[in-house]
Amino acid sequence: MATFIVNGVEQSLDVEADMPLLWALRDELGMTGTKFGCGIASCGACTVHVNGNAVRSCVTPVAAVEGQEITTIEGLAQAAAGSNPGPGQGAVQQAWIDHQIPQCGYCQSGMIMAVSSFLASNPNPTDAEIDAGITNVCRCGSYPRVRKAIRALANA
Amino acid sequence: MKMNRRRFLLAGTAAGGALLIGYAATRPSRHRRANADLVQGDERFVTSFIKIAPNNQITLYIPHSEMGQGIHTALAMMAADELDANWEEVNIEQAPAIDLFANGDLVKGFAGEFGVPNFLMGLVNVSAQAVAEIGNLQITGGSSSVRYTGEHAMRVAGAAAREMLLETAAERWDVELSELSTELGHVQHNASGSSASYGELVADAALREPPEQPRLKERAQFNIMGKAISRNDIPAKVDGSALYGLDAHSEDMLYAAIRLAPVFGSKLVAVDPGAALAQRGVERIVELEDSVAVVADNYWRAKRALALVSTEWEQTENDAISSADIDVRFSQELANSDGSEDKEVGDAERALEEAADVIEASYSVPYLAHAPMEPMNCTVHIKGDTADMWTSTQDALGMRGRVASQAGLPEEAVRFHQTYCGGGFGRRLPFNWNVIDHATLIAKQFDVPVKTIFSREDDMQQDYYRPAVKNNFKAAFDEDNNVLVWHSRFTGPIQVPGAAHIPYGIANQSIRVVDGDTHVPIAAWRSVDHSQQTFFIESFIDEIAHRAGKNPYQLRRELLQEHPRHRAVLEVAAEAAGYGQNLPQGHALGLAVQESFGSVVAEVAEVSMGVDNQPIVHKVTCAIDCGWAVNPDTVEAQIKSGIIFGLSAALYGEITIDNGRVRQGNFPDYEMVRMATSPEIDVHIIESGEELGGLGEPATPPIAAAVTNAIYILTGQRVRDLPIKNHDFTRSNPVAGV
Repeated sequence: MATFIVNGVEQSLDVEADMPLLWALRDELGMTGTKFGCGIASCGACTVHVNGNAVRSCVTPVAAVEGQEITTIEGLAQAAAGSNPGPGQGAVQQAWIDHQIPQCGYCQSGMIMAVSSFLASNPNPTDAEIDAGITNVCRCGSYPRVRKAIRALANA
Repeated sequence: MKMNRRRFLLAGTAAGGALLIGYAATRPSRHRRANADLVQGDERFVTSFIKIAPNNQITLYIPHSEMGQGIHTALAMMAADELDANWEEVNIEQAPAIDLFANGDLVKGFAGEFGVPNFLMGLVNVSAQAVAEIGNLQITGGSSSVRYTGEHAMRVAGAAAREMLLETAAERWDVELSELSTELGHVQHNASGSSASYGELVADAALREPPEQPRLKERAQFNIMGKAISRNDIPAKVDGSALYGLDAHSEDMLYAAIRLAPVFGSKLVAVDPGAALAQRGVERIVELEDSVAVVADNYWRAKRALALVSTEWEQTENDAISSADIDVRFSQELANSDGSEDKEVGDAERALEEAADVIEASYSVPYLAHAPMEPMNCTVHIKGDTADMWTSTQDALGMRGRVASQAGLPEEAVRFHQTYCGGGFGRRLPFNWNVIDHATLIAKQFDVPVKTIFSREDDMQQDYYRPAVKNNFKAAFDEDNNVLVWHSRFTGPIQVPGAAHIPYGIANQSIRVVDGDTHVPIAAWRSVDHSQQTFFIESFIDEIAHRAGKNPYQLRRELLQEHPRHRAVLEVAAEAAGYGQNLPQGHALGLAVQESFGSVVAEVAEVSMGVDNQPIVHKVTCAIDCGWAVNPDTVEAQIKSGIIFGLSAALYGEITIDNGRVRQGNFPDYEMVRMATSPEIDVHIIESGEELGGLGEPATPPIAAAVTNAIYILTGQRVRDLPIKNHDFTRSNPVAGV
């Protein structure tokens, strides 16, 4: 039995200890906001927060998050008051709307989770730090707008 | 009857100069059928695509797939503006995948451009399915939605609906039509002060026939078009609620992981399930002609069990083929075949013989995968004599027809649940059937929904690829270094006619295509043939300039005398990029210009060589003449998107063949531009007022040559094959004085 907290709700699942968190969320809990992109932690589409830190859920077994707090894109806006410090999690999502960032949008759950965790630990990053810290793939090429939004959030 | 409904009226030119053509004017109007089939309560379709409720809420049905290009918003803007709707009261809906909402205007648009393109032509013969009839498609591709469906259907539908509402008010109030005006979803009679909302008029308006020639607005009259309006799909894409095909979910759903024949065209000979069936959650192993699938109650369980299955595949004549073999075959074909004519001007062969100087160069580009972020998937639930399906697609009607044919059901018995598309780029167009076919054949064995997912590796290795192409050039000069001949021989096929043609005023041109068929399946890839040909053309014209001792920018301008739009974008981009000005030490500018899908684009890349002797693209300056911009913010987004997509291919992209199969598997083998390698991009939209051009694709073709032309200046090395990462630039010899 795997037990962890997803967006403030405790979940107990009768699944294998090595089932990746991604597939527990998607196929067992029906929470489809977290996306499958590559399965090998290369693209970041599956990024969630574990205790506020961005992790790639496609290679994170449920056993590794036993008893821990998971935040997914569905719970990000509500997580601001909880374990996630930083610029206000809803603020990142609002910036994504203000800057009209998503195109196909498929990578953006992961991108937003990566950026919100990144900004929580580094509220005023340099361009080089953005380059090193945000490594998610966006096939539509939203990077220029993502960078612009990160700068705006840093200055807010 | 059917033909009549789909007939297009070419209504000619209105007084205002707007071209009137489209579904809104077909008779009998499809809105009657929409009201009969789709409406409950007091709402009414007043023309195709437009439904109005008594409370004045207006619903616009968009017959295209939203895959990030902002098409739902852009097309709604076009209809709403002509309708004089209040944008605050406009709701945007994906049109259902039923033939009532076909978007065959697109095909007619292409037909006017260069004949029905090959990638659509085959649909005519696909099957007895009604969906396969040309003109009855629901395709999103070819950078066509705004310029064809938008111009020829949505605007016309909006204008026709407005006229029907006006006529209704005139009749109700017994006044002259000319005394009425419309604003923000209301008809007004200024003389009497009467006003009625569209919602109050719609019940009667819907009984009228749409006018045959509704009058479209002049640009000065636009209230919504031309504005940077926020896209309607974005809020759902930032909170996880946007649904893609992969997100279809139900409690009783099963999941299929699949292994397809690694060599294209091979067949399954034998399967040893090993311990797969004993694994937790595994329901069944499904053997198909060219594949085997494990079906389980969770995708991860299915995938893990599939790894335990052993498979034996039929041998094929292609089992030993490699990319090197394909390159040799292309070279032999180019050497031995005269090919067929693509374009001939003057007498290139004779001019070559008489020339003072001749240069030759051979270019090539590899196969490319589409690699959309959402892996390929399709969920099918067959329930006896009906079925439900979910998939992300650029062709909802076509995919519905495909599932129907594979399931042995009539098309109408299949209900298509449209979702957002996690990237398309051509991978989700017609003929990319594999995931659809396999998902249907697997689901036929179950009475619950089965979701078939291609892993990233499956998608990379079972794509329909951007064709590899080899192109041999010759150019000839007279004693004064004037270029006299453009001689091009390339491997086909030609997917989009004209991509190998040049805008340059060269007196003698011979452009011919030879057979480039291999066992590797191919399809349209963002910008189709332009992605290869623009790299070739804009590189070789640069070679010509350098050989002639001319500045590449000035030579292009000289040879583009007959193409003012090309010259204009080139000049705007060059000036904005600081071409000819001082650059930071070690930086150089390369440029390229190309017309595709009705838009003319120039790009200038500012490049330096990094410590690893690979190029760093610092900035790209782009000027585009797309006629005019319906939504400037999405235009800018599409340009940046197209450039980054093309840059990924130029720097890193290659699909290579080993032992008949694709070598690359996942993103590390097929790298793409990420944040750290994404350049600053400066976009200049030129509103020439010409007809609307496409936007999804035209920014992709020029970037490769813009970058490699800069690399030539920096290193003296001419990159004649992609990707750039395969080149060794350690021995640089910068070109002086450019």
